[in-house]
Amino acid sequence: MPDGSFAHPQQRQFNPYTDNGGTILAIAGADFTVIAGDTRQSEGYSIQTRYAPKVFRLTDRAVLAVNGFAADGNMFVKKVKQRLEWYRHAHAKDMPLRAIARLIQTMLYAQRFFPYYVYNILGGIEEDGSGAVYSFDPVGSYEREACRAAGAAQSLVQPFLDNQIYFKNQKAAPGTSHPTHLPLSDVLSIVIDSFTSATERHIEVGDGLEIYVVVARGRSPQGIEGIRGVQELSAQPNGDRTFILRRELKKD
Amino acid sequence: MFRNTYDSDNTVFSPQGRLHQVEYALEAVKQGSAAVGLRSKTHAILLALKRSFGELASYQQKMYRIDDHVGIAIAGLTSDARVLSNFMRQQAMSSRMLFNRPAPVNRLVGAIADKAQVNTQEYGRRPYGVGLLVIGQDKQGPHLYEFSPSGNSYEYYAMSIGARSQSAKTYLEKHYESFADCTLEELIKHGLHALRETLQQDKELTINNTSLGIIGPGGAHEENVTAEGDFRILEGDVIQVYLDTMTPKETAEGAQAPPPAPAGAPQAGTGDEDVQMAE
Amino acid sequence: MDHFPTNWGRPRNDAFDAYGTYPIHQRAPVKDTFAEGVQHTQQPIVTGTSVLAIQYKDGIMMAADNLASYGSLARFKDVRRLHAVGTSTVIGASGDMSDFQAIQSILDDLVTDEFTHGDGHDLGPAEVHEYLSRVMYARRSKINPLWNSLLVGGFRDGKRFLGYVDLLGTTYSAPSIATGYGAYIAIPLLRAAVDGKQDQLTEENAKKILHECMRVLFYRDARSLDKYQIATVSAAGVTISDQIQIETAWGFAEGIRGYGAQTQ
Repeated sequence: MPDGSFAHPQQRQFNPYTDNGGTILAIAGADFTVIAGDTRQSEGYSIQTRYAPKVFRLTDRAVLAVNGFAADGNMFVKKVKQRLEWYRHAHAKDMPLRAIARLIQTMLYAQRFFPYYVYNILGGIEEDGSGAVYSFDPVGSYEREACRAAGAAQSLVQPFLDNQIYFKNQKAAPGTSHPTHLPLSDVLSIVIDSFTSATERHIEVGDGLEIYVVVARGRSPQGIEGIRGVQELSAQPNGDRTFILRRELKKD
Repeated sequence: MFRNTYDSDNTVFSPQGRLHQVEYALEAVKQGSAAVGLRSKTHAILLALKRSFGELASYQQKMYRIDDHVGIAIAGLTSDARVLSNFMRQQAMSSRMLFNRPAPVNRLVGAIADKAQVNTQEYGRRPYGVGLLVIGQDKQGPHLYEFSPSGNSYEYYAMSIGARSQSAKTYLEKHYESFADCTLEELIKHGLHALRETLQQDKELTINNTSLGIIGPGGAHEENVTAEGDFRILEGDVIQVYLDTMTPKETAEGAQAPPPAPAGAPQAGTGDEDVQMAE
Repeated sequence: MDHFPTNWGRPRNDAFDAYGTYPIHQRAPVKDTFAEGVQHTQQPIVTGTSVLAIQYKDGIMMAADNLASYGSLARFKDVRRLHAVGTSTVIGASGDMSDFQAIQSILDDLVTDEFTHGDGHDLGPAEVHEYLSRVMYARRSKINPLWNSLLVGGFRDGKRFLGYVDLLGTTYSAPSIATGYGAYIAIPLLRAAVDGKQDQLTEENAKKILHECMRVLFYRDARSLDKYQIATVSAAGVTISDQIQIETAWGFAEGIRGYGAQTQ
């Protein structure tokens, strides 16, 4: 106590974790996947920076989004990238998506008793050409899904995705059925709306939005090249293609 | 078979002041098929002759990627080369992990040279039986280094190692002054001509027995090269276009064509036979 | 980021030691130094307060005062919290000063190692920042942190760099950064003056902005001092200024009821 007494002895010890806010999101289409994250990094009520990327390109067909404790997240991405580089050295090709997913589970579980405080979402194209999303908890439990939101605004965004992607609580018009996969333009609208809404209602979300789109080899990029500010990251136009799309979010 | 009584231990000098085991290791490099390296202002390239143990066998691997900005070609014991390339890869990754910086090429070469030197001095060890040509680029531009089992490493404008590499060296020495301003295609052509000098008389370069490693911006015949000009290994059909540019050997007496090959010229440690030892 | 380095890396607890007097008044009587085995740093002892840094037209600028506090005691009033690393980088530290001095010697050794290679591949600010991040993260992962918030700034190959790293290994870059109390008081002023205008901001104006912020901090931060230094890194290299005195006016206190000498 400030008066120097030890009436109530306290143990205060170093806490090696913090929460740096932000939100990430991924949605799989039939032959494409969209992976997105905001770029704000905060601690407590302070915005540390308005641009700290949370979404990273791993290979030509895999993109990883990390959210939670930023120091753990950056370290984890770095280690995953080095494991993938060793795989390239050994096999002279990129690791397939499902193998990366299993690798991430192993790497996370290896830290079971001092976990990476990070929620991972892996998106990309499987070997059969289908779009895929894998989501993880901090100690490695994972599953393949059609869509997933994680991070500060997960509780705001995931129900919206359940409704818009899985059509939960929606009834199809008589004689019709809900589509299993949405077209890219619909998915992009849903992603952008998710983040503008999360920005409105959550103080830790905002500043900027980075959307990665991976399109399977030989499939149509569905007009994404025409969208304002789109940049293609892939070096090989005849392989799987990766695009990045940046949008501003409110900064208050 | 021993040369003399100072053979058995590499830490013992001969009365002439030589380390015989180290010199034998240099012979092991000469047993391997040739590799050639050249450098221009913009590119550094490697060319290597791959051997096959017969019609039914595949061709050996002569080149390894170390990182985006470094690659090597080997001559000598492949298993020793794997140890060294693995070490270089670790060093390169560690530089990226610690400093987010591509490992400076000279330091990678220096690191393996130091490792090799230890093997020439410590009791109970043997020198590496492999020589390397290392190409890489950093902010000073492209580089070419040679590593040898003696623990020496030097930077070169052009260099060759392996069986009958002296013939390639003769070609390179004659032409190296023009390399600096060469385009990638011209540089590769020079490299192929140099590599051809190491062939036995009845053999020629084909898409199957030639490996090409490049660092620097993509050339006229290349697709999908990164903006940074990362290291890539070209093998098979894609090198046909470069083989086609070569001046046929018979008419090689022309002005800018290579000098007549001193084929079969006796060289230290190599006979006419391409030695078929395990690489 | 918290005003009190004591609280960094801990769950928030406003009820405990709200005035930040620790460790002066409540050090437990120690029976035997090693009675509880080898101890890791659990709190900072001699601390530095805010560091401010901004990008400007020709590079970066960083400011920190010359005070090292022992709890609420202004213990050392001529301490250097800005430190040049090599020829194109400067670091500034808040938090535990002994940990900072350990970091200085780690980095000085590193710079010497790089120099002895003599191949022109010396470390720039981005490399120093990455390396510091690895060190800080490795120490936090051993639950034996270096109790600091550090800013790394520099200018090399025509590019400026400004980054942050703390005792948890958390990192980020921004056009203007402040640690400690500065994150609350100076950042709003700096962001208004700097962010988005980095390419226009002159050296003179950058200096003026930092000076104003240091003055405001001295008025409001009880662990600060009216003597500070500014480091400038540009194409010309690193310069760390002499001590700069902040002029203050406390006359307004006379007019405030219940403040100063007034009794009514």
